[in-house]
Amino acid sequence: MIRDITIGQYYPAKSVLHRLDPRVKLVSTLLYLISLFLFKSIPGYIMATLFLFGVIRVSKVPFKHIVKGLRAVVMLLMITVIFNLFLTRDGAVLFHKWIFTITEGGLRTAVYMTIRLIYLIIGSSLMTFTTTPNELTDGIEKLLYPLNKLHVPVHEVAMMMSIALRFIPILLEETDKIMKAQIARGADLESGNMIQRAKSMIPILVPLFVSAFRRANDLAMAMEARCYRGGEGRTKMNPLHYKTRDRIAYIVVIVYVIGVFFVGRYVPLGIWIF
Amino acid sequence: MGRTMIQTEKLIYEYERRDEEGNVVGTSRAIDRVDLEAVEGQFIAILGHNGSGKSTLAKHMNAILVPTGGTMWVDGRNTKELEELWNVRQSAGMVFQNPDNQIIGTVVEEDVGFGPENLGVPTDEIWKRVEESLKAVGMISYRHHSPNKLSGGQKQRVAIAGVVAMEPKCIVLDEPTAMLDPVGRKEVLKTVQKLREKKGVTVILITHYMEEVIDADKIYVMDHGHIVMEGTPKEIFSRVDELKSYRLDVPQVTLLADELKKRGLAIPEGILRKEELVNYLCQLD
Repeated sequence: MIRDITIGQYYPAKSVLHRLDPRVKLVSTLLYLISLFLFKSIPGYIMATLFLFGVIRVSKVPFKHIVKGLRAVVMLLMITVIFNLFLTRDGAVLFHKWIFTITEGGLRTAVYMTIRLIYLIIGSSLMTFTTTPNELTDGIEKLLYPLNKLHVPVHEVAMMMSIALRFIPILLEETDKIMKAQIARGADLESGNMIQRAKSMIPILVPLFVSAFRRANDLAMAMEARCYRGGEGRTKMNPLHYKTRDRIAYIVVIVYVIGVFFVGRYVPLGIWIF
Repeated sequence: MGRTMIQTEKLIYEYERRDEEGNVVGTSRAIDRVDLEAVEGQFIAILGHNGSGKSTLAKHMNAILVPTGGTMWVDGRNTKELEELWNVRQSAGMVFQNPDNQIIGTVVEEDVGFGPENLGVPTDEIWKRVEESLKAVGMISYRHHSPNKLSGGQKQRVAIAGVVAMEPKCIVLDEPTAMLDPVGRKEVLKTVQKLREKKGVTVILITHYMEEVIDADKIYVMDHGHIVMEGTPKEIFSRVDELKSYRLDVPQVTLLADELKKRGLAIPEGILRKEELVNYLCQLD
């Protein structure tokens, strides 16, 4: 399961989406996430779906690769489905047994919430697929730069984020290795109830933390050796400047958001939910 | 002889030993009165067993550690002077042992650009340098790859490119091959050799693999913080028994030649290469 988490994993390809300014992608992702909650009807969903698929096509990231990232959040999706399905009481009762009741409204909410969540995750992972973490943090750094005047250490936070992202796959691999090593020594990670299983994680977490600290130490030294001294006086390999394609992308996204808002609200087609 | 690149005079590095409560119980000397000199363009090797102080010495060349006694000059700059710190670090680039823990970027070229970015090099110039240094280490075709997908030897070459992009006069490699397989080890050493020939950089290689140092201009052998032997590879390798006493493995050819010599064959001392030994053996009647 560990290797299936694809969030934070850059997928190298040559597409317009890859070349866009990270600030555009950040703002657009945020707008897209908000847009998912702006409509309540089927036309809205159709529009959001079309837009998402359009973006996926443009991104040149294989669909399979994107779906793989969803596997990690199956649990979260299940919980959402179950809660919405059984706890929403709205409309005609479709199924009733003992304490379980499924209503028409509940079913609809469950389905729509699941779709929203999936779109939410795909939308945000599309950003991370097409943007290298460094670009991403560059974008965040530049977007949040005004906060620097309020003595918020924007550069430092951005640097920490990009390093954290870089080390996620390494630490995951390490976890895997430690797990295998402990299993080889007779550690039982599979059986027992939740508490016992949580306890059996300790012999994995302790060495993992030790190694993470050691790595952090090494990396800090390597960074210093390469003359890293904070954000001041640093130039950028990829300085951020908006280009025509970035402006076009902003317009496309804003048009989509406005469109989805009006279509979702005023096109009298299909079922209304909530 | 060219200019002196790195010079130490009676270099001492002491650290405090502490007990479990953190009280100082004494001081240990990791480096004890080391005198060393590297001239521009030279290939200097520092050999030593684990705990001999060779890595500590390497960290002094980059001003990561500052001597507690004696002096260290890098390209004429005293590493103790705080205002020279960044100049020292730029003139002596450092490559570390663990390839994973020194790559900062998530894409090869971003990582190579990290050093120049820190130096405040203009953007166009950064790209030029990144391209040049990736070419110099033969990794240009991997420029858009993620470092996680590279082999150990390739990662180490990227790390070297990251240092080269800062245009140092001297590259210090602190056991760059210790975590690599034989193929990766050869890759890295070849890259270093090529860099030296093409760019004329001074190379300081710290290692405990004797095979890696036979091309060195000068070898220093360290043990317990002291320099115990120094000389050309030929001089060093002719003292097989002494090397063994410092727990260093002599290359097989040298060992064989030494054993044969002890049995009375007329072979000179300090044979470093297989071909050399074969030549001498063929000349015997």
